[in-house]
Amino acid sequence: MKTPLEPSRLAPADMMRASLIGLRTRRLRSILSGLGIVIGIAAMVGVLGLSESSKSDLLAQLDQLGTNMLRIEAGSGIGIGTGELPEDSTVMVSRVGPVEQVASISETGANVYRTDLVPEGQTGGITVKAVDENLLATLQGQMASGIFLDEAASDLPVVVLGSVAAERLGVTDGAGGTVVWLGDEWFSVVGVMDTLDLSPDLDRAALVSYSTAEEFLDHGGVPSTIYVRSDPDDIDAVRSVLPATVNPESPDEVEVTRPSDALEAKEAADQAFTNLLLGLGAVALLVGGVGIANVMVISVLERRGEIGLRRALGATKGHISIQFLGESLILATLGGLGGVALGSAVTAAYAWSQGWGILIPMVAVVGGISAALIIGVIAGLYPAMRAARVSPTEALRTL
Amino acid sequence: MSPSATASERTKPVPSDGHTVLALSNVTKTYPGTPPVHAIRGVDLDIRSGELVSIVGPSGSGKSTLLHIIGTLDRATSGAVAVAGYDVDDLNDRQLSSLRSRHIGFVFQQFFLLAGETALDNVADGLLYTGMPLDRRRALAERALDQVGLGHRMSHEATKLSGGERQRVAIARALIGSPDIILADEPTGNLDSKSGEDVVRLIEDLNADGTTIVVITHDHAIAARFPRRVSLLDGGVVEDTRPVQSEGLR
Repeated sequence: MKTPLEPSRLAPADMMRASLIGLRTRRLRSILSGLGIVIGIAAMVGVLGLSESSKSDLLAQLDQLGTNMLRIEAGSGIGIGTGELPEDSTVMVSRVGPVEQVASISETGANVYRTDLVPEGQTGGITVKAVDENLLATLQGQMASGIFLDEAASDLPVVVLGSVAAERLGVTDGAGGTVVWLGDEWFSVVGVMDTLDLSPDLDRAALVSYSTAEEFLDHGGVPSTIYVRSDPDDIDAVRSVLPATVNPESPDEVEVTRPSDALEAKEAADQAFTNLLLGLGAVALLVGGVGIANVMVISVLERRGEIGLRRALGATKGHISIQFLGESLILATLGGLGGVALGSAVTAAYAWSQGWGILIPMVAVVGGISAALIIGVIAGLYPAMRAARVSPTEALRTL
Repeated sequence: MSPSATASERTKPVPSDGHTVLALSNVTKTYPGTPPVHAIRGVDLDIRSGELVSIVGPSGSGKSTLLHIIGTLDRATSGAVAVAGYDVDDLNDRQLSSLRSRHIGFVFQQFFLLAGETALDNVADGLLYTGMPLDRRRALAERALDQVGLGHRMSHEATKLSGGERQRVAIARALIGSPDIILADEPTGNLDSKSGEDVVRLIEDLNADGTTIVVITHDHAIAARFPRRVSLLDGGVVEDTRPVQSEGLR
């Protein structure tokens, strides 16, 4: 007997070349079948990228604002109450152990105008509120310009404007000594606040101190809203005792909310939307995978002659299946890379247009390409097995 | 056998050195069914190195089945097949692939050239499954293309060449690894008479240089030009004209 046969071998570079033949000779079809993967991966990368970009924005906001703030309001409506809290409620609340800061707000009912010539009806939707001087600190708000109300100005006709109110009154610089017509007096604007995410109603308000309100607006100072900062660990306990503390007679008339819940709800809603879009992306990927599998099956049928030839040239069944599997993998990988590029571009463009930081999560990039690879393998498996099973004698009889 | 004048001028039958490259002993091939089809019935065939043999027969005589069995693309139902000294029965599927990659060259009626590849790379693919690096295969392919007279067509896309040229590329591909035996299945079947004649001459020339070639054809005129003709009918050998020159040597 002769020397043992050396096994058939296909060098890796040749394997690559063999796998590329189908793609090179059927370009349009390859591009179209890879497009499904491109769209699917782009959708997933885009959705993840956009939601990460917006989420990081929101989380930073929440982090900064804190989640340990509660808002107490008098319930209003038929048979519920007057919309005012009991006069001593601020003091009562501050006696609750874990409460760190308390600041109250009272509606004065006055209006503010740019000048005394503006007709009375044109209030611009701006309310005038009497507030505690520690309100800004309690809300962890920031001044856009100027200063907030303090002890020194407590008896003077000075006012601090919310961001929207300032805009509507045409006050651009809080430190510029602008005067506005408030009640029946000229008030100096000493500061303009930044937008307050946790209490947007204050953005549309002009704020004066309680003593100023009493002196110039003849306002008694019954609070309508109280903001409470508490120890974060005891926030739920504090929340449960607040209604009875504020109004022991009728705790039902007191409404306690946590403003950060609204932001979290928004985040949760975004998340649900993200999941929905991710699901759609996954469906697109699946369809893309089916498209590739379909094209590969057709390719195997069309290329029976080539398969027969390769078997005649010494290819094993394994070589044939690896060639077709490789073709499917290359197609899916190219689709995946294209999808990541497209998804990143869309994310970058949208985030840029929204003024967010551009954040393309690594998990989306790696996940996208991995998903494409997995789909390439799954889509190529059956056609590859079919190609390997083609009988060389049958294959060579074709044409 | 009386080869035509041209063929006898051109063909210098190389005396076989006696070493058998192909041995079939009582080979049968039966396809199951009702009734079963006996494609090959008890064929004995012995082909030695350096021979040029035609296997001729009408359609349905079992030529293609015999070619597939000789080429190890199909297995015989019974009997013994030995190619290049290897007993095919002892080899598994992977080993048969290996045997084909190094010891057998194929030429087909439909050429089976890969689209989008140059003539050079198509020929280089003849050694694709031996694991030889591409540059070495290309060097050998250049030589093989020169040998078939297509040195000037190397960088042309193979599938865009004329029919005769395409078949010559296919022959070069079969030739590249200097296999023990080249099997040509109706090599002129898709060609006009002029190109067909060129291909037959090329086959004769290659044989004159020592290549062992088996040509399967239904064309008796072509078959008659080769030194040895094996006629098939209904799966059995009805005539084998082994030339006197190749007998009795060693």
